[in-house]
Parts: sequence; C-alpha cells; structure tokens
Amino acid sequence: MPETNETAQPETLVSVRDLSLDFDTLSGPLHALRNVTLALPKGRITGLVGESGCGKSTLAYSLIGLLPGNASIVGGEIAMDGLDLAHLRASEWRKLRGTRIAMIFQDPMTSLNPVTTVGQQMLDIQYRDRSSRAEKRAKAVEFLEQVQIPDPESKLDVYPHQLSGGMRQRVCIAMALLTQPDLLIADEPTTALDATLEMQIVDLLKELQGKFGCSVLFVSHHLGTVAELCDDVAVMYAGEVVERGTARQIFHDPAHPYTQALFECDPGRIREATRELPTIPGTLPDLRRPPRGCAFRARCPHAWPRCADEHPPLYLRDEGHDARCHLLDETEAVA
Amino acid sequence: MLYYAGQRLVLSVVIVMVAVSILTLMMHVVPGDPAVMILGPRATPELIEQTRVAMGLDKPLPIQLLTFFGNILRGDLGQDVFTGRPVSRIVFEQLPYTLILISVSILWSAALGILLGAYSALRRNTWLDTLTGILSVGTISIPAFVMALYAVLIFAVWLGWLPAIGAGRGFWDGISHLILPAFAIGVAWVGYVARIVRASMLEVMGEPHVRMARAFGLPERRITRSHILKIAVQPAVTLLGTGVAHLFSAAVFVEVIFARPGIGALIVSAVNERNYPIVLGAVLVTTGIIVLATLISDLVVAWLDPRQREGM
Ligand SMILES: Nc1ncnc2c1ncn2[C@@H]1O[C@H](COP(=O)(O)OP(=O)(O)OP(=O)(O)O)[C@@H](O)[C@H]1O
Ligand SMILES: [Mg+2]
Repeated sequence: MPETNETAQPETLVSVRDLSLDFDTLSGPLHALRNVTLALPKGRITGLVGESGCGKSTLAYSLIGLLPGNASIVGGEIAMDGLDLAHLRASEWRKLRGTRIAMIFQDPMTSLNPVTTVGQQMLDIQYRDRSSRAEKRAKAVEFLEQVQIPDPESKLDVYPHQLSGGMRQRVCIAMALLTQPDLLIADEPTTALDATLEMQIVDLLKELQGKFGCSVLFVSHHLGTVAELCDDVAVMYAGEVVERGTARQIFHDPAHPYTQALFECDPGRIREATRELPTIPGTLPDLRRPPRGCAFRARCPHAWPRCADEHPPLYLRDEGHDARCHLLDETEAVA
Repeated sequence: MLYYAGQRLVLSVVIVMVAVSILTLMMHVVPGDPAVMILGPRATPELIEQTRVAMGLDKPLPIQLLTFFGNILRGDLGQDVFTGRPVSRIVFEQLPYTLILISVSILWSAALGILLGAYSALRRNTWLDTLTGILSVGTISIPAFVMALYAVLIFAVWLGWLPAIGAGRGFWDGISHLILPAFAIGVAWVGYVARIVRASMLEVMGEPHVRMARAFGLPERRITRSHILKIAVQPAVTLLGTGVAHLFSAAVFVEVIFARPGIGALIVSAVNERNYPIVLGAVLVTTGIIVLATLISDLVVAWLDPRQREGM
C-alpha cells in the first residue's frame, strides 16, 4: 500500500552506511553493529526498536561519538553534511556536540550534575555563546517554559535532587533543545518514568519537535510510544537493521518475521499499554559468532534452507520500505 | 547551609562533653586514688586528704563532673602538680607547635595526594599511575615514626641538609625545622588521599551526568573540575577530617624523635612524671580540636554537595 503523501522524499540529515562496530571483550571481538544502513531524514522522528542487547544504544552513541573505550568502528561511514562521523577526531566531535547534535538519556535521576544548580548547568552548556549572563539566564528560563515547567524562574536555583523524575527529564529536554540541534538523540528517555509521565513526555517531545523542526532518533522499547510519536521506524535485530519504513508501513504491513513477532501479528495490540516488548521464544544469537545466514533464522517460524546459507540483503517491499528477509525475494515468489 | 552548620556545631559540643565525661570517669575507674597517684607512695595521710579536698575528690561524682565542666567553661583546666602553673597556659603554650606541624602536614599531603590521585584516574594505566599506586601502598604501610627516623638519618645526619632537632627560631628557621617532621607525618597521607581520590574519581567518571556533560561538548577541563572532582574529593575530605586524630598520635612520636616542643612531647613527659592534670588537659584540648576538624570536614563536604546538607 503506497503512501501518496510520502512520495516526496525528504532530505536526509544523517546517512549511516554499512556501519560495523566491534566491542573488544576478553573473549574476543563482539560484533555489536553489522552493516547498519539507515537514513535519518531532516525534520522527522525516526524510531529505533528491537530487543534488549540488539545494539540500539550502540548505534545511538555512535551518532554522537560517545562510544565506550573498547568500541571500534571497523567499517562503513556516518555522513552528515560532508563530515564522516565514523572517523572524527575528539576535537571535531566537541564542536558538533551541544551545537548540532544533542542527546537525552534514559535515567533523568542521574543525568544531571547533582552538585550544581539547574540554572548553572543550563548556563554552562551555553559556554560558547558570547551573550551576557543575564541573556543566558533568560534563555534558560525560556526553554524551561517551553518544556512546561511551572515557575521556571525559581527552578534555576534548585538542585536536581529537589526535582521529581519527570521534571528532571523535562530539564534535560530543555537543555538539549536550548542548543538548537539539528539532530536530537533520545535513548529510551521515558523508560525510567511511569506510564502517565511517559505519555506527557512523549506529547511534549512531539510538540517541541514540530516547533523546532529538528530530526530526532528515538530509541524505545515501547511500541505504543513509537507508534504515537515516530514518523519513520527502523527495527534492529542482533546488530543489524532488519526492517525500515514509515511508521505506517511498519505498523500496518510488517514485512520481517521478527517485526511480525514483535507485534504478534496484531497491530491493534500495539496501542495497548504494553510497556515492554512482547517476549519472543528463543534468544539473541551470540554476537561474538554471528550466524552465517539470517540472524533471526533460529527463532523464525518461516525459516527455510536458504536462510541458513545466504545472508539476506534488504529487499524492497514498497517505496521507502525494505526488510532483510528472503521471503521478500520476488524472484523466489515467481519460482 | 547555615542551619546545617548550626546543627553540626551543637552536635560537636555534645560530643566534646561526652568525651570529657568519659575521660573524667576513666580517671576514677583507674584503680587507686588519684591523689595518692599524684603525690606518690611516700605522702602522708594528711597531705593526701588535703590534696583530695583541693582537687574536689571528696565530693560526689556528679558534683565533680559539674564542677569540672564549670571550670572548663571558665578556661580552668587545673594546675600543674609540680609547678602549680595553670594547665591551660601550659597546654596553649605548646599547642601552636603541634597545630602548625599538623596543618602543614595535612595541607601538603592533601594537595599532592589529590593531584596525584586525580592524575592517575585521568591517565589510567600510564607509568605515573602505576608508580603512584606502588608508592601509595608503600608509604601507607610505613609508620610515621619509622619515616621520621629515616628522614632524620638521611637528610639531617647523613646529608646534613636540614636541622634534626627543635622547632627553630624565627620564620625561616622555623620552616626549615618543619620540613622533616611534616614530611614524616604527611607522606603516608599522600598515599591514602591519592588512592581514595583515584578510586572515587574512576567511579564518578562513569556516572551518567559526566556522559551528559560530554554530550553537550563541555570542555574536558570543566567536566573534570565541576562534574568529577567536586564529587570525587568528598571521601578524601572526610578521611582527612577524621585523620586529624591519627595525625595527633603520629605527632606524639614525631615530636619526641625531633625533640620538638608540642602537645605530643608534652603528653609524653607528663605521663612519665604522672602529671595527670596536664595529661587530662592536653587530651581534652586535643579532643576538642579533633572534633572541630571533623566538623570542618563535614561542613566542607556539605558546601561541595547540596545533598549532604539535607541528610541531617
Ligand atoms: N562496553 C561494552 N563492551 C562489550 N560489549 C558491550 C558494551 N556495550 C554494549 N555491549 C554489548 O553490545 C550489544 C548491544 O548493546 P546495546 O547497549 O547497544 O543494546 P541495546 O539495544 O541498547 O539494549 P537495551 O535495550 O538493553 O538498552 C549487547 O550485546 C551488549 O552486551
Ligand atoms: Mg540501550
């Protein structure tokens, strides 16, 4: 089912091509990302879903250069305005962070500096601006207002531990937006919050993204939230992106058996308040020795011999919708 | 902050009072009559009775305690058994020597320890980190008096660079007399502080707010200062505050070895002469200073970390 309103391809902000990343571990390299290819369009929200351990955070952190010390990018590139983010020096990263790329983290309780006031932290991140202290303060108040924090002026002198979890995450969002980034990365920003707060934060993110027009990469376990918030969705499995498409395409016409298993073939269930991904029988393959063929083969109800031998490429399902599954191979269908 | 400081001050006074009560009680629990102990075995019964009355030992214990507190509040710590001079004057004559020795020891060892600890944490597994680690463990396990003996032997006797005995006269002479004792007392603390700062730095460096600061592109130096160090020095500050007690006992040995005047030397000679009022007075003042040091370190931590202010 082609989308008439999505035929005009939006411009791409960040283009991840064939990105492979290893973690150096005691028992050898762990291939956490394998040939990840993903485009983040300008001004849209891209959801990244998948089971725990499939590499969502690793991909998110590689987009802001905050990978752990034992990570090394072994192939591919991350293109953004002529820069290759996969091979940036530390000093070049520092110029991008807090100017063009910002990030919101999972745990608002520990993401703010506990020994500095909220206001001081909001001033600190404006250290590049030449404006006066009063102007920076005014800007901080303005953005606390944007995230609907009551009485923002007084919150400047408050320490993080004096705020609730929801309020702290709002402060984090305010700080991220204050830097006016082109790309906002959010790694499970609502997982640590309860359901009501989660909806509030998601609504807020949607509203503010519309207002500021930045691109967002939204990592989440919660399919309902992704359906609510995201324009596009990428599904990851065992270090690979196994399906990409618009939210509509993914939720109404999931092509990969893994995606189908996630939804349990029932799109109606997605909007229910299931906060965690449904559990699929079986476990993730060992990323130190990824299987030769399709990574999902062992858990796939439709697996056939070809899946064991041949690694599936991204087959086109539809305009802007593709998936790594041999079932989609049209030449097979003909045979 | 002010409220917190007030609370802590009241608590400190209570602690000192309890400590004083225990001390006084201990004087009574010790077998034998304090008057007999002071006067020696050859004293006549009349003299003993006289002394008992003079010391107020004939009154009931609670009264004695109250009198004692009252006297302390008036700055009266009793008299020297032999010379009759006020104990408070004797103690406060000696106190500055020890205070200077301890303060200088703390300052140089804390400064160097924090520097080395921070550097080891930031440059983990470099040769300096390894060297600091080895030296820390080495110096921690050597007692201050051994360090003092070797310091005297090497730098004073053998090389002859620094004076070995006394406190010196005048500013520069005083400083040259301070170097060896302050080195002997402080060197183990460099190791302690470096170890503890390194460990807590490594812990704080892994905290999410540090990663968040990086995500905003804050300069590393600023992250180190206001995100990492400000939290990571707290255990070291607490350690130094409680460590003042250990420094006093180290000072006892070091003052004797260097023949320096000071509280330590005073206590040692008073104990030898069974000059109990002086022992009691000196211990009392020391206790007060130790409690004060703990109070100061708690206040510094509270000043660094708002979460500590609300803990009480
Ligand atoms: N520093 C590291 N060293 C070694 N392995 C790591 C490291 N960080 C992550 N991994 C491994 O890489 C894989 C991907 O981890 P990642 O954190 O990206 O998963 P995730 O999809 O974000 O999971 P979650 O939903 O639990 O956050 C996992 O198998 C994980 O064990
Ligand atoms: Mg994650």
